[in-house]
Amino acid sequence: MEVTFQFDWAAAFGSIPHLLPGIPWTLLISFGGLAIGFVIGIVFGLMRISRSRWLRLPAILYIEVFRGTPILVQVLFIFYGLPQLLGGPINALTAGIAAIAVNSGAYISEVVRGGVQSIERGQREASLSLGLSRTQAFRYVIWPQAFRRMIPPLGNQGIISIKDTSLFSVIGVGELVRQGQIYIATTFTALEVYFMVAMLYLAITWSLSLLLRQLERRGLVGQ
Amino acid sequence: MTESQHDSQPIVRMQKLNKHFGSLHVLKNIDLEVKPGEVVVVIGASGSGKSTLIRCINGLEEFQDGHIVVDGHNLVPHGKGAKALQRIRTEVGMVFQQFNLFPHLSVRDNVTLAPLKVRGVSAAQANESAERLLDRVGIRDQADKYPSQLSGGQQQRVALARALAMEPRLMLFDEPTSALDPEMIGEVLDAMRELAREGMTMIIVTHEMGFAREVADRVIYIHQGEIAEEAAPERIFDEPQDERTRNFLARVLKH
Ligand SMILES: Nc1ncnc2c1ncn2[C@@H]1O[C@H](COP(=O)(O)OP(=O)(O)OP(=O)(O)O)[C@@H](O)[C@H]1O
Ligand SMILES: [Mg+2]
Repeated sequence: MEVTFQFDWAAAFGSIPHLLPGIPWTLLISFGGLAIGFVIGIVFGLMRISRSRWLRLPAILYIEVFRGTPILVQVLFIFYGLPQLLGGPINALTAGIAAIAVNSGAYISEVVRGGVQSIERGQREASLSLGLSRTQAFRYVIWPQAFRRMIPPLGNQGIISIKDTSLFSVIGVGELVRQGQIYIATTFTALEVYFMVAMLYLAITWSLSLLLRQLERRGLVGQ
Repeated sequence: MTESQHDSQPIVRMQKLNKHFGSLHVLKNIDLEVKPGEVVVVIGASGSGKSTLIRCINGLEEFQDGHIVVDGHNLVPHGKGAKALQRIRTEVGMVFQQFNLFPHLSVRDNVTLAPLKVRGVSAAQANESAERLLDRVGIRDQADKYPSQLSGGQQQRVALARALAMEPRLMLFDEPTSALDPEMIGEVLDAMRELAREGMTMIIVTHEMGFAREVADRVIYIHQGEIAEEAAPERIFDEPQDERTRNFLARVLKH
């Protein structure tokens, strides 16, 4: 029997139409979750550097818990565990978005903190010496500069979160990996299909990288 | 109260000011008065407390003991009295050693930000006065550039224009030329000289002794957090009374 290795390109490309339905789910979960995670990140990141320890402590607790536990456990907890507390089921999409939100939120909190703290003390002092209030100094001087510095690490987190959604096939949400699994179950072309799944992730993350590079380039003006 | 009486009221009055950084006693029983129109130069060794002294005037540093009145507003220990502090900051301008321009804003926006947001003037008005101030410090044609596109001397002159845009009654300078290449020091000192001539009240920390002698109405020598000597520039530089002043001047004038 001949065992020459064959990569079946026809099978690979043929799987694309079966995988494409996963893309909207992958995008919805990752970008929906990241949007919420960004809001969480701003709130907790600023709490983390607040002068009040009663704001600081809950932020530290949140960040440590969600950075220190695996996202797979987090999504299982939300999907299978939380319903026991809430007394009703949570749909898989909601659970996926929530998991990305709380997980990326923890990392983005640290990105926000790092960005704001990286702005030289003199910027704040100059603002205050001109009569700006602390809020105005933050809004017009500190934040715009901090945000620019946050773009690369935010992009990084975006890419990580997009890839993290692949884990959510375990709760049966119809994202890319799940679509691949369903298709493989009928065709047994695991090699070709997972290759294609990988290519589709790469297409998404690469697009995001290019977009971010554009943003960064534009942000360089005046730095 | 007549105009002249009003004018002779000090614009800054410090009484028994004491400041600590932890266990370090940085300012010791400082008494200081500055009258409107006066140019006071503060000299002293590195670490003697010069920066800390002027930063107390606009509340960038808190103090632990004593009392400061700036243009009728009271500053009290431990940074209490936020209202007065805000008022003081709108009336006291400051120029920093490192310029501290806002790198994400154009030169024009650097100058108009505070008038727009703090004074609430119209954009047209803010722009017009920015033009005038930039012209006055000799950089009108750079208004659309960003700070990073300017030389150090130009940046410091923008910083001066930015502070002046708030129409301050008092200007604080913390070693405004120390971060500059030697060939750019002159242009910044010229702008400050001009300001002094126009009657601005100024408190200047500097190591430029020639400049101090020329523009100062009064020179203050600080030694380890204390005012060791305070006199007209000719007197301080030519016949210092205090041993510590003599030693300091001997050291710095030698170079
Ligand atoms: N934020 C701070 N925390 C702790 N100590 C400080 C702080 N700022 C200044 N100091 C200390 O206070 C003393 C006075 O500092 P200050 O900056 O006022 O000196 P200076 O006379 O301006 O010196 P220089 O000529 O080097 O600028 C120094 O010993 C300095 O190390
Ligand atoms: Mg200093």
